Amino acid sequence: MTIAVTKSRVEDKLYQNRYLVDPGRPHITVRPHERPSANLLALTHVCPAKCYELNDKGQVEITPDGCMECGTCRILCETNGEIEWNYPRGGFGVLFKFG
Amino acid sequence: MIEEKFDAIVIGAGMSGNAAAYTMASQGLKVLQLERGEYPGSKNVQGAIMYANMLEKIIPDFRDDAPLERHLVEQRLWVMDDTSHTGIHYRSDDFNEAKPNRYTIIRAQFDKWFSRKVREAGATVLCETTVTELVRDAKDRVVGVRTDRAGGAIFADVVVLAEGVSGLLGPRAGLREIPKPQTVALAVKEMHFLPEEVIEQRFGLKGDEGCVIEAVGTTSRGMAGLGFLYTNKESISLGIGCLVSDFAAMMESPYVLLDALKNHPSIRPLIAGSEVKEYAAHLIPEGGYKAIPQLFGDGWVVVGDAAQLNNAVHREGSNLAMTSGRIAAEAIVKVKSRNGPMTKRNLALYKAMLDKSFVVKDLRKYKDMPALLHTNSCNFFATYPRLMSQAAQNFMRVDGTPKIEKEKATTAAFIKARSRWGLVSDAVRLAFAWR
Repeated sequence: MTIAVTKSRVEDKLYQNRYLVDPGRPHITVRPHERPSANLLALTHVCPAKCYELNDKGQVEITPDGCMECGTCRILCETNGEIEWNYPRGGFGVLFKFG
Repeated sequence: MIEEKFDAIVIGAGMSGNAAAYTMASQGLKVLQLERGEYPGSKNVQGAIMYANMLEKIIPDFRDDAPLERHLVEQRLWVMDDTSHTGIHYRSDDFNEAKPNRYTIIRAQFDKWFSRKVREAGATVLCETTVTELVRDAKDRVVGVRTDRAGGAIFADVVVLAEGVSGLLGPRAGLREIPKPQTVALAVKEMHFLPEEVIEQRFGLKGDEGCVIEAVGTTSRGMAGLGFLYTNKESISLGIGCLVSDFAAMMESPYVLLDALKNHPSIRPLIAGSEVKEYAAHLIPEGGYKAIPQLFGDGWVVVGDAAQLNNAVHREGSNLAMTSGRIAAEAIVKVKSRNGPMTKRNLALYKAMLDKSFVVKDLRKYKDMPALLHTNSCNFFATYPRLMSQAAQNFMRVDGTPKIEKEKATTAAFIKARSRWGLVSDAVRLAFAWR
């Protein structure tokens, strides 16, 4: 129940933001895995846009549409190869009105 | 797409990139600046406090047209527990001066202004352009960049990497490492809009006066972190940041911390009735002196957040970014003026000049602070704040208990929580790290 409330709050927050989504070209991908590492699992909580979620099989999936391009997941998971992180194409992604 | 060769390419249009591009262009260098956002500032996030002195060294008359929010007359440093705050406030009419010292700014607006100055100085600024790769010659010197726009490489004598804390190019080219989780903080922030007069009433301000609050305590749940509240003209920037390593170890969610901060009884009345218009997240370099990477090489320099130039203790970043961008540009102009090639040997001038500035001197002063706050962070960010709050309440509350017993209870609480040895050792470690 608490999780559901938290989730809706993040979505409410992200709803305030402006994005230009690049359809079919996600800038972050998660490498297929059986079991996520501790850091990858932590992203389901730590990602400030809640882009990372656990699926039924206990694997971590990403939907980067609400991504604010902070780079936290890259700091935690790029070195071990669990995620691939690129900046969106020029002009795409989050567009901060105030920053 | 662009056939000509440039004196310098600047990657990124944040504080350090704009400072570098402006300084080089106004000295007559042919400068290309590349920014991946739709407009300069659209990818940039800061609290934000801007320090006048460092901008004056670049654009002395910036006050004439820069979008500034409020000049700061009051700073509140708080230690919070779940229901209270203990604070040191400093407010002075001396800050109401002809040329104020610090301003709050809104980055998207400020960066657009700064970028206009860069273009007026003669630089070419290309937005919506993500640099995908540094181009190197047979001798491994950086000679240009490739972008996601159609067309080949763009060449320059020197590339200024102002790509921010999360820059990809430097680490991918092997010029520096990806920051480690214990050397960066993740901060989240909301923009709360309120009528100007409401902000002025709530904080006791008149005209363009501004107030900031910075707070440590149980709001970061034992993690090394800081909450902040900055007054803008018609809005309040409210946020909280903690080390990424702590977030990961504790499996905490930044938005949960932010909501708890908003609901704290000391904060809630200050933002009551506000309309939230944006939620942002960003990394802040926190590794200090020991995390500064190699700053220059053959055909390149790195500046600002990308170079981890951030003073976590004083919460200063954009001024270090601006200064490093300006100094790198001045070094490049000097090398250029004596017709020197942009070699590692010649660009060492940048580091030599930066070492003499406040940027490196300040970071060196606090070189042991990041390690101190990272180990046993729960003592500094939860245990002591709780003890301080209890001590303050014990001191203030009048309930018939003799004062001598109250004092004994406070002393006993500190010793019980940290032991005599722990208290002495924390004090000594803090003193050494501060020295």
